[in-house]
Amino acid sequence: MKLLTGNDLGTGDVVWWTGRDWSRHIEDAVDVGGQGEAILRAEEGARRVNVPYLIDAEATEQGPRPAHIKDRIRALGPTVRPDLTLKPADADAGAWVI
Amino acid sequence: MVDPITVNTNAGETLLRFRDDVVHDEPAVTLDAFLGQTNATAVRLEAGDDARELLEHLGQIALVEISFPTFRDGRGYSAARILREAGFEGELRAAGDVLVDQIPHMRRCGFDSFAPEKPVDAATLTKLLALYPQPYQKAADARVPVWKLRHG
Amino acid sequence: MYRYDEYDQSIVDARVEEFRDQVERRLSGALTEDQFKPLRLMNGLYLQLHAYMLRVAVPYGTLDSRQMRMLGHIARKYDRGYGHFTTRQNIQYNWIKLADAPDILAELATVQMHAIQTSGNCIRNISSDQFAGAAADEVADPRPWAELLRQWSTFHPEFTYLPRKFKIAVIAADEDRAAMRLHDIGIQLLTRDGVLGAKIFVGGGMGRTPMIAHEVKDFITADHLMSYLEACLRVYNRYGRRDNIYKARIKILLHEIGVDAYREQVEAEFAAIRDLGIDPPLAELERITAMFTGPDFASDAPDTVDRADPDFAVWLDQNVAAHKQPGHAIVTISLKPIGGIPGDASADQIDLVADLAERYGHDELRVTHAQNIVLPHVRKADLYVIWTALRDAGLAEANLDLISDIIACPGLDYCSLANARSIPLAQKIGERFAGRQRELGELKLKISGCINACGHHHAGHIGILGVDKKGTENYQLLLGGSGAEDVSLGKITGPGFDEDGVVDAIERVTDRYVALREADERFLDTYRRVGMQPFKEAIYG
Repeated sequence: MKLLTGNDLGTGDVVWWTGRDWSRHIEDAVDVGGQGEAILRAEEGARRVNVPYLIDAEATEQGPRPAHIKDRIRALGPTVRPDLTLKPADADAGAWVI
Repeated sequence: MVDPITVNTNAGETLLRFRDDVVHDEPAVTLDAFLGQTNATAVRLEAGDDARELLEHLGQIALVEISFPTFRDGRGYSAARILREAGFEGELRAAGDVLVDQIPHMRRCGFDSFAPEKPVDAATLTKLLALYPQPYQKAADARVPVWKLRHG
Repeated sequence: MYRYDEYDQSIVDARVEEFRDQVERRLSGALTEDQFKPLRLMNGLYLQLHAYMLRVAVPYGTLDSRQMRMLGHIARKYDRGYGHFTTRQNIQYNWIKLADAPDILAELATVQMHAIQTSGNCIRNISSDQFAGAAADEVADPRPWAELLRQWSTFHPEFTYLPRKFKIAVIAADEDRAAMRLHDIGIQLLTRDGVLGAKIFVGGGMGRTPMIAHEVKDFITADHLMSYLEACLRVYNRYGRRDNIYKARIKILLHEIGVDAYREQVEAEFAAIRDLGIDPPLAELERITAMFTGPDFASDAPDTVDRADPDFAVWLDQNVAAHKQPGHAIVTISLKPIGGIPGDASADQIDLVADLAERYGHDELRVTHAQNIVLPHVRKADLYVIWTALRDAGLAEANLDLISDIIACPGLDYCSLANARSIPLAQKIGERFAGRQRELGELKLKISGCINACGHHHAGHIGILGVDKKGTENYQLLLGGSGAEDVSLGKITGPGFDEDGVVDAIERVTDRYVALREADERFLDTYRRVGMQPFKEAIYG
């Protein structure tokens, strides 16, 4: 599957395209399929999100899992500071990244 | 001159000028053309051209236009200073991808005329030009560096 | 220490307003990201993996307790309670909101600090020797010269859109504690016939093509330093490559045209501009120097230290250096606790070191290029109480220049350029060697998470470079680099490793070193004596 991601213009937060809007949580991301380039261009025009780009991901039971480790770290947060990730209470969250 | 005069040229360009003489209307020729045909009075330098090649002809030149192919290409800043350091008093024009936030530094390097590809916001430019009370360095403009204010 | 006058303050204040306006134009959509990026970078604001990152300048690594407390305040109020000290003596915050950045700069300006030119293709923060003003081996304090350079380079109108970034370091001792020869311009102060002047090195740097700077000018006096450096920069600005970002640093220009041709061009440029009044009068350097005369040291401070506490004695031997003033010492506070994140400090830790500096250290602090903090002027009689306070705050790791005193870039945990994580590897190495690091002696280990070499891997006695191998993290091992006065560039041992594999490989290297070392040879000395081969055999069998 293809996901669209970027960083929020104001906060810099990592965000994912949900089909209608942007979410901080990759679980909300949708497969943009062949529409990725068109959505990307439209969203670039809207200027809410910095440098949006398309990535490959795999659909899993826990939700989309990006193909590249960089985007998995973006989705979770720094692996060396579990307390600062999006899932501070989940001791196994880091295993999802590696 | 603190604020620029906006001039529309015959060629359809909008110029921001910090000088009040008449706009030079002879088209600028390339450096190669100028060096081969020495009666021209306006020259256009590309970013990679050597401004020093003009130094022995400065007396006959009224306008030097320096090209900025992208705003990231800073070679023109050095070209401008070289010409001013050699005593050039004609019009020095920055043309191309010139952004409003760059104009204050360009003024310091000796540019006194601007032909930006995309229009610059006049209010922003006015604000930016008045922002810094004094510079740290001596450059090609008349502004007095901080060290001179400190020590006279 | 340098204190702003009304001119300095008005320039920094104006910068805050300028950036506030630029941020407003970006948020309103008047500026595109492409146009805004160079403007925000010129103020140290990056967009990293998780958020904006703001890099705050610590000019030549010197600050006082009030400034240090401000860094802690910013960590608490605008970030997530910590900051990261960098290899260029700066600090960066990882979780900044764009709209907050102007307010942060405004707060910094109240304590004479800023983020000017901490990124972008311009002259960056001037770095220096963290022991400046305290070291017994310096010919002069290099910081007045660095401050002169700070002012000259701040908003330099000609050199703001250089082909690439430009880093300058100034030192004044034969021992190089600032990796001077690995800077675009390295300056070493020295005296000749009783006159203080500078030797100029050009074209050093790390990155994907590491090079050691060449001597370009044997001696230049202060009255022509600025015009000479303008000549150096102008030749680079005009002729440095702009067609390929990876070949755009000044080291490539020198490599391509040769140091002699470069020197000739600089001399021609210097001849054209040296009498144009670019140089400030010597009175300006004297004005600045007068602010660096140093504290009034107690002349009767006792010169002995009670070593009864064995843990304290270990720290004393490892992290405390000789001071030029009897009865005094230089303390390096390690930001490399075993298992910790190299260079990170919490807001509480930042406040603590500020308190210690104010109470015991003549109100001075330094940041080192090895990502540690220094109290440059403390009385030996106060060392034990300082150590106790540091120990209670988790800041008393006795590992200065040992294998766990690792320089590491933020790596893939934070950085959008990285290919591999650096920090978890640093943590594993620290844990693996914690018990035997003193036995291994001085061993500088440096980790970069990509080829840009922010973690100085080329200059590590042992260096590690993280690469992306088909989507997984892989680490190459290098041996034999040095960023000090015995500068050299490390060489890759061979095929790379996964994270645990590289830790094992380092253990095989250090085991072989212990077997081969003679007398008090450091790892680097043994490597230089025996070469790569024995270590290759140890690693790859």
